[in-house]
Amino acid sequence: MEETLIIAGFGGQGVQLIGQLLAKSGMMEGKFVSFLPSYGPEMRGGNSNCNVIIADEPICSPIVSQASCVMALNRPSLDKFEPSVQEGQTLLVNSSLVDKKAARSDIQALYIPANEIAQELGNVRVANMVMLGAYLGVSGSIQVDSVMENLREMFGERRAGLLPVNREAIERGAACAREQRG
Amino acid sequence: MAKKLMKGNEAIAEAAIQAGCRFFFGYPITPQNEIPEYMAKRMPQVGGCFVQAESEVSAINMVYGAAGAGARVMTSSSSPGISLKQEGISYAVGAELPMVVVNIVRGGPGLGSIQPAQSDYYQATRGGGHGDYRMLCYAPSSVQEAVDLMAKAFDAADEYRNPVMMLGDGMLGQIMEPVEMVSPREGALPEKTWAAGVPENKGRAVINSLFIDPIENERHNQLLEAKYQAMRERETLSESIGTQRAEVILVAYGTMARICERAARDAQKAIGAKVGLVRPVTVWPFPDDAIRQAAAQPSVKRVIAVEMSAGQMVDDVRIAVNGTKPVGFYGTTGGVVPTVQNILDHIQAALKEGN
Repeated sequence: MEETLIIAGFGGQGVQLIGQLLAKSGMMEGKFVSFLPSYGPEMRGGNSNCNVIIADEPICSPIVSQASCVMALNRPSLDKFEPSVQEGQTLLVNSSLVDKKAARSDIQALYIPANEIAQELGNVRVANMVMLGAYLGVSGSIQVDSVMENLREMFGERRAGLLPVNREAIERGAACAREQRG
Repeated sequence: MAKKLMKGNEAIAEAAIQAGCRFFFGYPITPQNEIPEYMAKRMPQVGGCFVQAESEVSAINMVYGAAGAGARVMTSSSSPGISLKQEGISYAVGAELPMVVVNIVRGGPGLGSIQPAQSDYYQATRGGGHGDYRMLCYAPSSVQEAVDLMAKAFDAADEYRNPVMMLGDGMLGQIMEPVEMVSPREGALPEKTWAAGVPENKGRAVINSLFIDPIENERHNQLLEAKYQAMRERETLSESIGTQRAEVILVAYGTMARICERAARDAQKAIGAKVGLVRPVTVWPFPDDAIRQAAAQPSVKRVIAVEMSAGQMVDDVRIAVNGTKPVGFYGTTGGVVPTVQNILDHIQAALKEGN
């Protein structure tokens, strides 16, 4: 198993966070992982992305050029990274912010209204967790419980109250992706 | 010890603390800022000292002062900042002061870019500053290796009384990988009877790199040269991957070696060629023997150096191979990182050309 992910969106949408969560959760499950963020003079609202690899074998190159999954949280990310999806693999599009469909027909494109779902849950900030959930739902490479365990650690006691809405966001994302995939 | 997902820069800083480093002087520059940031937080917790100097020149001279007083001390920077530190490093070599200097390389020349590069190879392996000197220079390819080598770097600096360089790049600094942190260094740090300000040292301790009499200066340089010779014999490190009966030997260091390892492993299937990799772990001393031995196999048609530079290490590869096999080069500059496919394409074209 080798999952190669590109996660991209606006700075502030939480793409680095979901990338780190996936890497940490993979590590917790005993897999080899790497997390490579884009870096530079970046700011909230600018574009941000990261490469995550989760594998059964040691990882050589941490750079993802052929992704088993691209998560595009905004329009520029779709334009930039749609060509990077491996043939037959998955493109997850945040359809709340992207009104365009994928141009390629040789990939599995799933459209997740992440912001709308987050809004329904009463916290638009969990839109990234909806996208993460969509990935977990279709890939099955990481257990939801591992992600929740890492979130629990990250939130500490003070923000533990946010855990249920995050779990709900993940589950809604997973259900939405599975439903579309059929 | 449980593994922790750590950013390269932060892991390097923590490994230094575990190795007993208690003094850090630096000045911010991307892509190594997490090192001083981490040190600013951690040093006070362990009774150490963190100073953000007003410039790189200041920082390296603070390191000089602390090292002269016998402290376990380091600094870190990225390419343009390391250039500013070269005068101080040269003085430290002359005065035989142990220190660890981390260079998280970015694109150059000048301010260049802030993305990963390996364009400071000449500077790192040829001394860098003025004068006839060398530094032991480690080039880790993963966060775990960077951590493991940090502990070695401080001990080697003390053993040889010479600065040691850790040569990384923006990718190594920014990547997060699972790390098993090194344990705290056990036992007392090496005694430094030569250091200034140590009460039990009777008499004056002079920390100086000035030898006004040329005969005396040459004698001093011969003493330094003897240390470099000892480093060549004892400290050279490399890793060879799949080199046996290979048609092509790639030579690459640092993060570039990881991308080359993928290319080497994929080559049989992708382009029908058996490709091996020699990865220098120390870029000075350079692992001539490992490269010479790999290249000497009858199966080897070509040796290819792959670098994120316009071709610097390739000179050392040519010296090692010494005309016995053709030596090729593939590289990108300015912060552009070659892909596995770029390397495979280059190998395929080079083999075709060679036939």
